Amino acid sequence: MTDAAEARTLTRKDFASDQAVRWCPGCGNYAILAQVQQTLPKLGIPRENFVVISGIGCSSRFPYYMNTFGIHSIHGRAPTLATGLKGARSDLQVWVVTGDGDGLAIGGNHFLHALRRNVDINILLFNNRIYGLTKGQYSPTSELGKRTKSSPQGSIENPVNPIGVAIGAEASFIARTVDMFQHHMSDVLLRAAEHRGAALVEIEQNCVIFNNGAWRHLTDPDAKLENVLYLEHGKPMRFGKKRQKGIRLKGLHPEVVDVAEVGEEGLLVHDEKAEEPTLAYFLSRMGPPDFPTPVGVFRCIDKPVHDQLLLEQVHEAEARKSPDMNALYRLGQTWEVSEEAT
Amino acid sequence: MSKPSKRIQEIDGATLLFCGDSGDGMQLTGSQFTATSALSGNDVRTFPDYPSEIRAPAGSLAGVSAFQVNFSATPIYTPGDSPDTLVAMNPAALKVYLPKLKPKGLLIVDRDAFTDLNLKKAGYRETPLEDEDLSKRYRLQAVPITTLTLDALQEADLDGRGKRRCKNFFALGLVYWLYDRTLEPTLRWIEEKFSKAPQVADANRKALKAGYAFGEAEGSFATRFIVNKAPSAPGTYRIVNGNEASALGFVTAARLAGKPLVYSSYPITPASNVLHELAKLKHLDVRTIQYEDEIAAMGSAVGASFGGAFSLTGTSGPGICLKSEAINLAIMLELPLVILNVQRGGPSTGLPTKTEQADLLQALYGRNGESPVPILAAAGPTDCFDVAIEAFRIAVRHMTPVFMLTDGYLANGAAPWRIPRFEDLEPIECTHPTDPEGFLPYARDNATLARPWVIPGTAGMEHRLGGLEKEDGAGNVSYDPENHQRMCRLRAEKIQRIADFIPEAHPDGPPEGDLLVLSWGGTFGAAYSACLRARSKGHAVAHLHLRHLNPFPKGLEKALSRYGKILIPELNFGHLALLIRARYLTDAVSFCKVKGRPFEISEVEQKIEEMLS
Ligand SMILES: Cc1ncc(C[n+]2csc(CCOP(=O)(O)OP(=O)(O)O)c2C)c(N)n1
Ligand code: SF4
Ligand SMILES: [Mg+2]
Repeated sequence: MTDAAEARTLTRKDFASDQAVRWCPGCGNYAILAQVQQTLPKLGIPRENFVVISGIGCSSRFPYYMNTFGIHSIHGRAPTLATGLKGARSDLQVWVVTGDGDGLAIGGNHFLHALRRNVDINILLFNNRIYGLTKGQYSPTSELGKRTKSSPQGSIENPVNPIGVAIGAEASFIARTVDMFQHHMSDVLLRAAEHRGAALVEIEQNCVIFNNGAWRHLTDPDAKLENVLYLEHGKPMRFGKKRQKGIRLKGLHPEVVDVAEVGEEGLLVHDEKAEEPTLAYFLSRMGPPDFPTPVGVFRCIDKPVHDQLLLEQVHEAEARKSPDMNALYRLGQTWEVSEEAT
Repeated sequence: MSKPSKRIQEIDGATLLFCGDSGDGMQLTGSQFTATSALSGNDVRTFPDYPSEIRAPAGSLAGVSAFQVNFSATPIYTPGDSPDTLVAMNPAALKVYLPKLKPKGLLIVDRDAFTDLNLKKAGYRETPLEDEDLSKRYRLQAVPITTLTLDALQEADLDGRGKRRCKNFFALGLVYWLYDRTLEPTLRWIEEKFSKAPQVADANRKALKAGYAFGEAEGSFATRFIVNKAPSAPGTYRIVNGNEASALGFVTAARLAGKPLVYSSYPITPASNVLHELAKLKHLDVRTIQYEDEIAAMGSAVGASFGGAFSLTGTSGPGICLKSEAINLAIMLELPLVILNVQRGGPSTGLPTKTEQADLLQALYGRNGESPVPILAAAGPTDCFDVAIEAFRIAVRHMTPVFMLTDGYLANGAAPWRIPRFEDLEPIECTHPTDPEGFLPYARDNATLARPWVIPGTAGMEHRLGGLEKEDGAGNVSYDPENHQRMCRLRAEKIQRIADFIPEAHPDGPPEGDLLVLSWGGTFGAAYSACLRARSKGHAVAHLHLRHLNPFPKGLEKALSRYGKILIPELNFGHLALLIRARYLTDAVSFCKVKGRPFEISEVEQKIEEMLS
């Protein structure tokens, strides 16, 4: 158990590489990096077993700053590398870092299929609702009407909701947190790491340069408590400074109610383990201006894991059939040519 | 047990073409004839030719499926040019393939299939069987195959449709009689194949025997032919097609290194069979993953290689287009993996089931930036096995992605394969350094310039790779202009140095002479055979076949300089010719064909004659 013992003594510093971090001052990515470096040592896994794989974007510079194995790959394709790597090495702890453009535009297809396959990886989607690295074009999560360099009169595209996409892809673990929520993020990351199968964590991230304040309603100390709904499994959905408000079901729609008036019994109770993703989807639709934004674990269910199934098939076949190459060569009809015949 | 009234003629070999509707079982019939011929000791080569539609309308020209087999008592290298015997199961098949039949060739047709409806579907105004010209130009045998099959199956426990489906076995039986083949291997095959449907097995057996007996009894079949055993090296043999041989080669490579094989792929004709073959081999630690597209498959190949597996991806031309960006990532990360391209007719979706060699320049140059990658091409179906192993050997020794090119013709064509003993094959060395002392991700081996293949899980050697330019040695991101040029040169030089590890170019035939035929890939058979014929006519013609397209083998320039003329036959508009002319400033003559079909020997032979006259 020396490995585990050593791993337990790892600290945040062990996960910081010697490369200078090159994000803009004030970028939300710093806080995320700090939390990841803070959290990974807590997993009790030897550092050499971590692999961080990213695509392209500001967010995707992430692996260079982690003193683990890592690949800064190409735009949108990180989940494919991660799936192949897990196919070869299911023993590794693989983290994917992607952006809203990387993961949902160019890489939307792979995002969908990695979640659907339920590969045992953790995908961190840094959502700043903008293309940072290419200097400020609208992204698939930018709101309709968003004015950017590539949409001077306002974006004419409807945004996509990452959590909704993940639900559509039948993801087994779906969570949301915010760059400034240190403890919350740490908890969510731990939960994602512990989950067997694909885990998606949407992290609302502030791009100070091209989309400053996109998440202000969630981070502003005054407004925050009124706008954030912390999801807790088995607990009634309450929020507000004094947890005075709650979410109640009205027909098929949510309704914000005063807890003092309706009592806690009438409130919706969170169930992240629900087999059907109906509630998770319902929650994913909530947000400003009429509703608080849910953060925490939307969904966490058990499902067969792709890389495990792949290995099981290999082991099952190995137990059934001899690994004799010469027998393989001789499958089907064979014939002999003897010395004399030639 | 031939009757004395029949003449028996010994021949060197023959080419036979079965054609019919997609539903007529021509591929099966051809494969059976091939297997039986091979088992009886002939050298064999095959050329299956089938439509890309899964079920084209019955009886239509688009639905014609064919199988050509060349079998011989002497070594052969192609499926043959024009068939000596054509078996056409319906008017559409006759229409498509009659032009291929040799003058005076034997033409066997199922007379019963020449109904008004079928004639119309094939675009015949009236039946060609009554055309006197046809019987003048060919030895026509219009046999009522369907009726005779039904007669033979009167007792069989099948409905009419089931009985009619046995007619290909009748035709096969007849041809077996014609070429004096034993029925045994096919009878055994029927037994196994239809073990769960004894009525079907029984009916097929009866039809096969009835066809054979018909040949024996029918007066108009006066001559039968004998093709003796071909000389071949002692050993155990089996028939393989190119895709099967590739799959066997790839799993062999992984086992020679004691590694799992991860195959990342997306189905595409004509490469899908490689996925099917490998998916059956989980017991040999082959892990196949069917991806959402070829981009994903290529990304996965990079990931699996980073993890230390033998990593393979396979596709055809359109898939290579999608893979380009991630191939470049593999080049930048300097990770070992193999990319198989089973070429087909292009551009775009092109001719999915037909063959072509027009992706050579794509493999060499089809990516952004200075992007060097080794390229190997297989010469024939069985050569796919050796090239697959060689591709992995190069990938891990030189730490690079490697292209392996085959084509639809090799992929589906079959040949006898002399089965190796696994123990006799040279192991593939690959090591993963574990000593962190002084470790640099981009340190280079003195001889090969390969960087170390350090894999995750190795304590103290955590490092980051990426598509951004690397600092020489340390591998950190670097935008330094001098460093970029140095790294581009290093990557190119690394690939060039592979030439130090591969056999030198060595022409077959006279060491100097009037003409050198330079070929690559699936044109081997036609080029080689044409050169043999030219030499037998007294010409000083040599043949040089390239397995390595990048880098070229040493000694190539010298070889080229020793012949008066150079001819390069290719199934493209001159890819290799362009490279040779550019690299060596020689006036090589390009001989091109892009008809979705391989070269015939006679085409190359004629070109040689033309160049020598
Ligand atoms: C194939 C390809 N197309 C385009 C680009 C240019 N590009 C780089 S990052 C990026 C968008 C990144 O946006 P996002 O994923 O949201 O990351 P962020 O920078 O916001 O973190 C684009 C379009 C590229 N690198 N590769
Ligand atoms: S551009 Fe935006 S996302 Fe990129 S580093 Fe700067 S602040 Fe961060
Ligand atoms: Mg972004």
